[in-house]
Parts: sequence; C-alpha cells; structure tokens
Amino acid sequence: MANVHIDNVRKSFGQTAILHGVSVDIADGEFVVLVGPSGCGKSTLLRMIAGLENITAGEISIGGRVVNNVPPKDRDIAMVFQNYALYPHMTVRDNMAFSMKLAKAPAEVIEAEVSRAARILGLGALLDRYPRQLSGGQRQRVAMGRAIVRNPQVFLFDEPLSNLDAKLRVQVRAEIKELHQRLRTTTIYVTHDQIEAMTMADRIVVMQGGHVEQIGAPLELYDRPANIFVAGFIGSPAMNLLPGRLHNGAFHADPDTGAVPEGAAPAGGDGVLWPLPPGGRPAEGQKVTYGFRPEHLRLVSDGIPATIQLIEPTGSETQVVAQAGGRVISGAFRERIAAKVGETIHVLPDPSLAHLFDGGSGQRISA
Amino acid sequence: MSVSTERHVTWRRPEVAPSLLARLFDSKPFLIAICLLPAVGLLLVFLTYPLGLGIWLAFTDTHVGRGGYFVGFENFESLWYDRVFWGAVFYTVFYTGVATVLKFGLGLWLALLLNENLPFKSLLRAIILLPWIVPTVLSAIAFWWMYDAQFSIISYVLVDVLGWRETYIDFLGTPWHARWSLIAANVWRGIPFVAISLLAGLQTISPSLYEAALLDGASSWQRFTRITAPLLMPILAVVLTFSVLFTFTDFQLVYAITRGGPINSTHLMATLAFQRGIPGGQLGEGAAIAVSMIPFLILATMFSYFALARRKWQQGGDDE
Ligand SMILES: Nc1ncnc2c1ncn2[C@@H]1O[C@H](COP(=O)(O)OP(=O)(O)OP(=O)(O)O)[C@@H](O)[C@H]1O
Ligand SMILES: [Mg+2]
Repeated sequence: MANVHIDNVRKSFGQTAILHGVSVDIADGEFVVLVGPSGCGKSTLLRMIAGLENITAGEISIGGRVVNNVPPKDRDIAMVFQNYALYPHMTVRDNMAFSMKLAKAPAEVIEAEVSRAARILGLGALLDRYPRQLSGGQRQRVAMGRAIVRNPQVFLFDEPLSNLDAKLRVQVRAEIKELHQRLRTTTIYVTHDQIEAMTMADRIVVMQGGHVEQIGAPLELYDRPANIFVAGFIGSPAMNLLPGRLHNGAFHADPDTGAVPEGAAPAGGDGVLWPLPPGGRPAEGQKVTYGFRPEHLRLVSDGIPATIQLIEPTGSETQVVAQAGGRVISGAFRERIAAKVGETIHVLPDPSLAHLFDGGSGQRISA
Repeated sequence: MSVSTERHVTWRRPEVAPSLLARLFDSKPFLIAICLLPAVGLLLVFLTYPLGLGIWLAFTDTHVGRGGYFVGFENFESLWYDRVFWGAVFYTVFYTGVATVLKFGLGLWLALLLNENLPFKSLLRAIILLPWIVPTVLSAIAFWWMYDAQFSIISYVLVDVLGWRETYIDFLGTPWHARWSLIAANVWRGIPFVAISLLAGLQTISPSLYEAALLDGASSWQRFTRITAPLLMPILAVVLTFSVLFTFTDFQLVYAITRGGPINSTHLMATLAFQRGIPGGQLGEGAAIAVSMIPFLILATMFSYFALARRKWQQGGDDE
C-alpha cells in the first residue's frame, strides 16, 4: 500500500493541452474518486498514473518514489479497464494467473493466490470458463480478480460499472466498497456518475476541462461546493442556481441579469425576495448566483408562490418543477403534495442551507 | 350487471384461405429447395462437370483432336516411373513450402509494422498492396527481365555498382538458381495478400488487451506470443490455407518466366500438366498429373478444417 502524490501534472496530445496542472494528494489506503463530465481528462490522468500515457510535465509519485520514468509493470499498480480487457483466449483462472506466470511464480503460489482472489470475489465455480461464457457482472469481477491477485500498492478503476445494468451497478458498487474496506488498498476510481462518487469515495476530486474544481469528502462537496460547477455537478436532482443580484439584504432573481444598471433597484423577478444564507454579506447590488438544493425547499404558507409545471412522485419523495419569481425551480419534498399541475404552492428555501456564488467568477461567497 | 346501451362493434380480419402459391412459399422445404437450386445448378455446370471431365480424362488415352478410350490406371502407372513427374512433385512441394514460410514470415513482420503508428500509414499500405494488384503476367515479365542473363539489374548492381561479384549471375540457366528465383518472385507477389489479411486480423485485437498485458508485466515479445499470436491464429489459419492452395496450384509465374526449364527443373505440377496436355497433346496424361494434385489439396483443406475449427474461446463456438 502506498500514497500517491500528483504534483502539477500536465498533459498535451501534440498541440492540444488536455490537463492543465492537476495536483492531488492521496493518502495511503484512501479511496479517491475522480469525477467530472465526459472529456474532462479523468481517464487520461488515470492512465498517466498507470504509466500508459507519458507525463508531459509535473510529477507523479507512488509510495514516495517518482514514477514519471518507471515502466507500468514496475509501478506496482493494477488497473480495471472500462471494457475489462479480459484475455479472450484464456480461462478465468489463466486470466488471473497471467501476471504471476509472467513473473515465473511457483505453481503453488499461483494456485493459492488465484483461489484467494476467487474466494474473495465468489468466482470459484467460474475458474475454468472463458470470458465469453460469463455475464457482464461476472466479467467485471474477473477483471477485479486479476487486479487483486497482484497485491498491488494501488488499484486503478476506469468506469468499471458503466457496462452494467442499473441494478447490478448498485450491487457491484457495494462489493467494490466492501472490498476496499477489507483490503485497504489505495484506490483511485474514475467515474462520471456523481452518485457513484458520493457513495464510494473517501474523497472526491471534481474535474472539469482539465482542471481540478474541488477536492473534498463527499458531504463536504455537497454542503459547501467551492463554485457553481461543483454545486451543479454534485447532487441529484441538481441544485437550483439563479443568477441575480443583492438588494436590501435579500436576493433578487433577474430574468435577464445584466440588463439592469448597477445599483438600480432590480426590476425583474416579480419582486420576489429570496432569503440569504447567514455569514459574510457581499456588497449591496453585487451580481451573484443564488443556489439551493431541491431537497432544501420547504412548503411554507407565507413563502414564495410557485406555479407547478410538473409533479413526479417517486414514492419516497415528490419532485416538483415550478415557476417562482419568473424562474423555473425544482423542489423535492418528503411530504405528499395534493396540488395539481397549474396550481400554486408556497415555498421557501432553507436560508441556512442556501449558497451564494460570485456572479463573475462563480466562486463561493457565503460562508 | 348493468347492460350497456353502447354497442360494441368488433371487427376481425376475415379469414381467407391462403392460395396454393402462398402456401407453397410458406413451406420451408420448398423454399430451401428453390433457394438452393441456382447455386446447385451453377456448381454442377461450372464446377462438378469440368472436375468430373478432368478426372474422367485422366483415365483415358485422349489426345488433342482424337477421342480416347478408358485405360484404367495406365496414365498413373506411367507417371509412377516418370522422373520428370516426380521432379515436378518435388519442386511443387518445395516451392509451396519455402514460399509459404517466407511469405508468412515477411508478411507477418510487415503487418506488425503497419499496425504501429507510422507516418504515412495509409500510403504505405497502398504501396504494399501494389505487387498484388499488378497482373501476374506483367510482374512475371518484369522478373524475367530482372533475371535475364545479360541485362539483369541485380547482376548489374552486384557486379558493376557494388563490385561484390566478378561475373553476372545466370539466374534462370541452372536448376537451383532458377528454382530459388521463381520462389523469390512468388514471395514478392504473395506478401501483400498475407500482410494485409494479417493486418486486418491484428486490428481486431483490442488495444486495451495490450495495455492490460503491459500492466501485467509482459515484455513486448511476451505480448506477441501470449496475446497477438493466439488471437491472430484463427485468421492466420484461413490465410495460410488460401496461401498454400494458391501457391500449390501456381501456374502463371512459372510458365511465364521459365516454362518449366531449364531441363524441366522448375516444373510445377500445374505447368507440367499443361505442358503435357495442351502443347504436348497428351490430354489424358496431363489430366492424370492434374488429378494427382487432388490428394495434396485435400490434405491442405483438411488442415484448414481442423485448424479453423472454432477454438473454445471464440464467440459462437460450442458451449460445453
Ligand atoms: N490519444 C489521444 N489523442 C488526442 N486526444 C486525446 C487522446 N486521448 C484523449 N484525448 C482527449 O483528451 C480529452 C480527455 O479524454 P479522457 O479520455 O481523459 O476523458 P474522460 O474524462 O475519461 O471522459 P469520459 O468520461 O468520456 O471517459 C478528450 O477531449 C479527448 O478527446
Ligand atoms: Mg474515460
């Protein structure tokens, strides 16, 4: 086991810069998830850690050793590929034993390691099958088994669940997490699914366009997103983000921000006042983005009137899309809602759980 | 139960007895028969009949311009004691064996090279295909010129440019020189087919398998022997079979360059059969030589049948 230190790493393919200086410190035994929209460079970063892509600039070290010029096989890492990359012409047993056979390990050791991995993953009955005779979930487990037998210092996963159906994904997600708790091997896990990130990670690295947007524990990102991107990316359904300005100690949503001259009383937003979160007050008239999560919207009799456009009961909660103060907002309510589409309910976001972001930079301003 | 005043109108598609023709075309045996008919007909007319005729001729003493009588195994008996025939058998096997080994060695090497990220990749691929696109007779003439005793460019380079030799090489004048020269020409012509087919095979292998093997600690040689070779084997077997069949039955190159000479040393079974049958007029004997190729060809096909038998790991194989 080892820590992984990524220091100001850059990557370009030819002229195109893909990663613009990424720094992440991963502690020994930690489960870190890299998450971000498609094309943001997660896989590229992971492949650089594995040694499958060279490092344009910066430094990656594993267990205190700089690995920039260490070939993949000597980095003591194991990787699970998105398409599993099982050797089709080898049985499950041979797939798992391949690395040890190449290393000329004694047959008893190979046998012991393979059966240990098979026991951990419940693959015992499948050892003599070929990959094509396995289901998607079983293939996924074999790919993990191939990683486990090597006893690596670091596990790397690249979207290992994306080929599985929704139900299996939840199951295997739990299995991977449980496996990590058992083996305590440092793990770096790439996904674009923020739910996967939230449920599995010790810490999440949110990336966008080759930059790290925020690093933190799942609930930290949920409670205190550092900027608008993270606020919108983490959490489902997504956070409501209303552009507008501050006036008289409340937030006014402008239907068209920017059209109103600085300092003038906001014209739009039907005069609706959104309550500000406590803590550092930004200046009067400042352009801001006001954020609150759908689940932090409350039904309050003297709240903001909202006209319902869509109601989606999921059983455990009711999701509502409504028009309030000239803006479309979404809410998720624990209580059942009797109102129908077109009717008006009164809502108010919990001010202590609301967020303020700078209108220009998108950075968080509220405490 | 309340009686509804609304009348419920239901409409069903009226049952029409299908016509005889419709029923006929719905019957599977009839369809199979009718679909197979053209293929069977073509096979009979263009394949079975000439083959049957050839085999029949082999058992007659037919000459060009004169019908023959059934003579049993007489043609084969005389071939048994015919040194030229056995020379042709030897050279056919030798030619096929050596040329195939060289074609596959060089073709695989080229395919591996082309599978790497080279600059001008598509241009290179096009160039590689050239020898195969050029009509055989044309390339045969080119080779004939290159092998000419006086005007050979190879001799010119070796003697006059490099000064490695004193005398010009008589490529086609002595048996072993001629044999190797023909093999070289065949290899040159055959490499593109092998290289491009194997390249197609290589491109079906997912790059992530190589990455996985790299992480598993395989050296590039081990990646070749443990990943590339086994995964290439199915297509290699197909290409090998075709290549062996084509080389074994080769005619054009040899006939255009040496006509079997000098002193019959470069006759392939195909050229000898033609030589005896058409210019020599001995249709029966020529046919007998051609028929003697059949066991070899069957052997090669059997090989492909077993080599091609789906491997257990392949998609679509039998599940046990
Ligand atoms: N070999 C390459 N050559 C050129 N550009 C590349 C190469 N590989 C990746 N890229 C580019 O790098 C960017 C990041 O790719 P990467 O695969 O890391 O994205 P990702 O975050 O893993 O996305 P996804 O969630 O879709 O897998 C993309 O814009 C992609 O087009
Ligand atoms: Mg990716």
